[in-house]
Amino acid sequence: MDFELSTEQAMFREVVRRFVDEQIRPVAREWEHAGRYPAEIIEAMKDLGFFGITVPEAFGGMGADTVSMALLFEEISRGWMGIAGTIGSHSLSCRMIAEHGTTDQKDRWLPALATGQVRTGIALTEPDAGSDLQGIKTRAVRQGDHYLVHGTKTWITNARHAGMLPVLVKTDPEVVPAHRGMSVLLVEADTDGFSVGRDLGKLGYRGTESCEVFLDGCRVPAANLLGDEEGVGLKQVLSGLETGRVNVAARSVGIAQEALDQALAYAKGRQAFGRPIAEFQAIQLKLADMATEVQAARLLTYYAASRIDAGGRADREAGMAKLYASEAALRASLESMRIHGGYGYSTELDIERLYRDAPLMAIGEGTNDIQKLVIARSLLAED
Amino acid sequence: MNVVVCVKQIPDPADPGALDPDTKTLKRDTKLILDESDSYGVEMALQLVDAAGGGEVTLVSMAPNNEVGGIRTALAMGAAKAILVSDDALQGSDALGTAKVLAAAIGRAEGTDLVITGTESTDGYTGTVPQQVAELLGLPSITFANHIEIGDGKAAVHRQTEHGYDECEVPLPAVVSVTAGVVEPRYPSFKGIMAAKSKPVDELGIADLGIDAAQVGWAGAGQEIVEIEPEPEREAGEIVEDEGDAHERIVAFLDELKVL
Ligand SMILES: Cc1cc2nc3c(=O)[nH]c(=O)nc-3n(C[C@H](O)[C@H](O)[C@@H](O)COP(=O)(O)OP(=O)(O)OC[C@H]3O[C@@H](n4cnc5c(N)ncnc54)[C@H](O)[C@@H]3O)c2cc1C
Ligand SMILES: Cc1cc2nc3c(=O)[nH]c(=O)nc-3n(C[C@H](O)[C@H](O)[C@H](O)COP(=O)(O)OP(=O)(O)OC[C@H]3O[C@@H](n4cnc5c(N)ncnc54)[C@H](O)[C@@H]3O)c2cc1C
Repeated sequence: MDFELSTEQAMFREVVRRFVDEQIRPVAREWEHAGRYPAEIIEAMKDLGFFGITVPEAFGGMGADTVSMALLFEEISRGWMGIAGTIGSHSLSCRMIAEHGTTDQKDRWLPALATGQVRTGIALTEPDAGSDLQGIKTRAVRQGDHYLVHGTKTWITNARHAGMLPVLVKTDPEVVPAHRGMSVLLVEADTDGFSVGRDLGKLGYRGTESCEVFLDGCRVPAANLLGDEEGVGLKQVLSGLETGRVNVAARSVGIAQEALDQALAYAKGRQAFGRPIAEFQAIQLKLADMATEVQAARLLTYYAASRIDAGGRADREAGMAKLYASEAALRASLESMRIHGGYGYSTELDIERLYRDAPLMAIGEGTNDIQKLVIARSLLAED
Repeated sequence: MNVVVCVKQIPDPADPGALDPDTKTLKRDTKLILDESDSYGVEMALQLVDAAGGGEVTLVSMAPNNEVGGIRTALAMGAAKAILVSDDALQGSDALGTAKVLAAAIGRAEGTDLVITGTESTDGYTGTVPQQVAELLGLPSITFANHIEIGDGKAAVHRQTEHGYDECEVPLPAVVSVTAGVVEPRYPSFKGIMAAKSKPVDELGIADLGIDAAQVGWAGAGQEIVEIEPEPEREAGEIVEDEGDAHERIVAFLDELKVL
């Protein structure tokens, strides 16, 4: 049993931490409140190769291990979780293409995705289907060497900046079980009939846009069928979501850690009744609970990541990490707000942003109810 | 173009440092990191080698316990290899002792065109090591460089002054100390971090360098630190509450300090 990061992982964390301190923290509050797009930060992340975190080295990416990926998302989220969103679904799709794409698809897309020259996201959710992905209605009909696609996706993060977007579609709406009729098409943004609608208003998760996407008689070349195989789309997506869940768990750890750090600093400095509030047991109990939960969340997250690195699927571990860490982030942001008193509610501090960003961690990449189903299913399947 | 950069590895300035009351020096038993002052030299060297279109950057460091924490960072930035001198006999070295060791180690690197150092370290900051190294190597030296351009067998250097800079020229090889903040040290890339793992670090003791133990460490120190004490805490300021005459009281206060 070894609970230490490798020297390289620790160094990478230092680099990301420095980047976050120098380039994200100084602007986060102002840009987030203004709803400003973090273009400069994104350019800097391109230079640092962050868009290639899950792209194999052979295609110009970092080829990083999953623990390093978790460290990247954790550290960025300590500074501003919304920034993690700009590379979140991007890296999920990169990994999915690296794992399931044909040689041609990998050669064509991965090098440009690795540098961020082409950006991407993932389009699964529809107005009438989120958790129940088998219930999607977007339909792709094969016509010669093309698919004709009709449908609407919603909540698609990074859609407006995506040069290519993997879209989950139904290629056969009749087959039972339904997932055998599902496929992933890599849809280029300049395809006729493809359009991105408005940016949806949201509580937090600013800095990256989440949009409606319309596929209105979109003609997608058959060569863009992921893996050149129909009927395996849901499987391809679920394997991508596994690392996606580690990513969300890591973001949660980042939010929770930041909430704790700020609570600790504030509790030591704030005086009430003639002494620092950190001397009150009521505050100490909160700090102890938060620190314990952050630690547990972090261990679950790194463990899930290391299981993925060890090979094979780790749905249960990733599900547990995402479930626990996101709930810990929610609690930590609220407790930190309480410790900050009225200042915690102020837009002049960062606690209110942590509090607005945390709930998404319990929704995205599968709601926590769905995580519980995944965990229970794997338990029940054991014997 | 081969550049040697002297990099000091120091206790993390973000952690509260501790002094050893017996030796009256900073405790160095924690993990050491690359002195930020030297990250500018590393960046400068990498840029010069890049501009020259060939050659490599070699690091030289003297540190206890075969410490490589800071060296690794510089290797991850892009330096090719390192020479690390670590020896129990080096404990208590003063600036001259340090310079002797660094000069001997620099002599180990072959085909050196330029030696770069910081102007002063973050923890010891005597700011005297670079000139001593130059003297021991018999090389010309320029201090406080904020710009270096390599020409044919010489370097054109801007030497920072209080009001601007002097333009100097120096034949190569030479020792040049660069001031902090003149270049933006790059972030080590993930690939660089992974590559650093397998870059060669030549670990040497003083015997390997032909240095006599009496010349360095406590034995060789030409100076003795007789007393150290922590910097006094800053005293609470005086709060002037405005009752209509605040400006007069502030002026009087500044007058008293003789700053007006
Ligand atoms: C008053 C006084 C107090 C001292 N206190 C301490 C103390 O608390 N702890 C202690 O250990 N020593 C102490 N020393 C000893 C002395 O400062 C250092 O040991 C010696 O290395 C001088 O380094 P510097 O940091 O002053 O170098 P500077 O001359 O300030 O450094 C300039 C540049 O020289 C290079 N350089 C310096 N040292 C090294 C190195 N070791 N490896 C590679 N490159 C290097 C770097 O490029 C650096 O940027 C003290 C000396 C004096 C006179
Ligand atoms: C800011 C933001 C960004 C997003 N980005 C993306 C993106 O980039 N790409 C993308 O495809 N999607 C994205 N989504 C969508 C997100 O993945 C879905 O909202 C999420 O999966 C839940 O789906 P839903 O909203 O349809 O909720 P529903 O599935 O309708 O769920 C509603 C409630 O019912 C519960 N529930 C549903 N089924 C069950 C069950 N079987 N058992 C128990 N409880 C159940 C859920 O847990 C939830 O509490 C984003 C969402 C947000 C808010």
